[in-house]
Amino acid sequence: MTQTNQTAIYFENVCYEIDGISILNNITGSFYKGKITTLVGPSGAGKSTLLKMCNNLHSPTSGEILIGSLPIESIEPSTLRKKVGIALQNAPIMKGTVFENIALPYTLQQKKLSEKEAISCLENVGLNPDFLYRSAEDLSGGQKQKVSIARSLLNQPEILLLDEITSALDPTSAKEIEELILKINQQHEVTIIWITHNIEQAKRVGDYTWVLINGQLAESGNSTILTESKNQRIQQFTKGVKEQ
Amino acid sequence: MTYTSLMLTLIFVFIPLILSKTLKLGLEKDTLIATVRSIIQLLAVGYVLTFVFESQSFLYIFLMVALMIVAATLNARKKGKAIKGITWKIALTLIVVELVTQGILLGFGIIPATAQYIIPISGMLIGNSMVLSILFLNRFDSEIEASREQIELILSLGGTPKQAVHNQLIQAIRASMIPTIESQKTIGLVQLPGMMSGQIIGGADPIVAVQFQLLIIFALLTTAALSSSLVGFLSYPALFNERMQMIKQNWNKR
Ligand SMILES: Nc1ncnc2c1ncn2[C@@H]1O[C@H](COP(=O)(O)OP(=O)(O)O)[C@@H](O)[C@H]1O
Ligand SMILES: [Mg+2]
Repeated sequence: MTQTNQTAIYFENVCYEIDGISILNNITGSFYKGKITTLVGPSGAGKSTLLKMCNNLHSPTSGEILIGSLPIESIEPSTLRKKVGIALQNAPIMKGTVFENIALPYTLQQKKLSEKEAISCLENVGLNPDFLYRSAEDLSGGQKQKVSIARSLLNQPEILLLDEITSALDPTSAKEIEELILKINQQHEVTIIWITHNIEQAKRVGDYTWVLINGQLAESGNSTILTESKNQRIQQFTKGVKEQ
Repeated sequence: MTYTSLMLTLIFVFIPLILSKTLKLGLEKDTLIATVRSIIQLLAVGYVLTFVFESQSFLYIFLMVALMIVAATLNARKKGKAIKGITWKIALTLIVVELVTQGILLGFGIIPATAQYIIPISGMLIGNSMVLSILFLNRFDSEIEASREQIELILSLGGTPKQAVHNQLIQAIRASMIPTIESQKTIGLVQLPGMMSGQIIGGADPIVAVQFQLLIIFALLTTAALSSSLVGFLSYPALFNERMQMIKQNWNKR
């Protein structure tokens, strides 16, 4: 880690419980500005929960989260969520056309998205402009995922949270989306936190990685820890994933 | 009707009892309880009504209506236990429904301001408002459950709680109003409405009975629209906290 890294999001002793059951336990660490940090770990480890804390969809039971240098609760939730976009697991789609889905962030702010802007959004994520007036619910998994990403990008977020966006996709679509995210990261210096259960992908795309196991941050650091970590639990996890 | 004839109507209770016994339906106990309860409750209401009608005191009318609202509230709130403050939200809805409907009926002199009119009409409208509130809460709950992801999506894009549940709210309000509207389309074709039948049997001119029935079904439309929208708009904020998060529900407890 170089000295010049600026912190985009900082977690300090963050715990999260539901009805007294611990879901996340004492998480401390930084996500760096303009970098891609992957979040890996077994299913049920708490990855999605942690991700949703970064845009205040959940609040810690105890501990603190800083966005830049501001406590997360000091930022008005809608303002924060426009700045910290998220592509949710399963890419939820609203009834209606692709246009309506992509324009949703504007619609919520009573702004109009022009057809020209919408087409450029589609092109940006590699979707054919002919899709604009199709029913979004009829798209394939990969296309829905692209719509979901285009929609999140409309708010021009500084930080983008991605929850298993390629898990349900065929290798070609997965590759396309992976490249799209790398492009977004490079062109606009968007900070990215990326949940993936694909260790190879994590190594490929991530500058840094957090390994979350059973609600605890087992290890975090350079993506190389995914191959080189001496931590038994991490070795077990990465080995297990490969064998699947 | 004489008391002897009333006694003879108990034959209608014996038939299901015998059937239940021979077919082993296991409904004997419930049938008996239902019979006894209806006799006691209705007789009690009959005596109370006689008393109130004779006194013609507004205090008693007020007390009767208040009692109806309390009973209806306690019944309807069971469906919305997960919603904070549901009891007063339903009570407020029923009060508004009663004030608006009676306000129009009495204010325009559509009905005379006597217990004979106010109490039965209030009973019908409050009862319906209660059923509508229950229908709405059931439907709203399942709409929300089916669209948790969409709701979270809108919040995650910077939308407000109101924007996030808008579709579900409108769907649930619509869905709970539709049966009232639909049932009016066929009214009188298959079966005569209960109140109208009662009046006709009691010797009223069918046209007069129809006039009152129309009054009731029109008032029921207002009741349906008011109840579901009021309960809806009063209850949706309780699904969110002040940080615009959906209040976490433990899956395992559902
Ligand atoms: N509403 C809830 N009620 C009960 N348990 C929950 C709820 N939400 C999440 N959990 C539990 O929290 C843990 C972490 O979930 P999640 O963050 O989705 O994990 P991951 O994304 O790593 O698969 C899981 O064990 C899950 O069962
Ligand atoms: Mg997850």
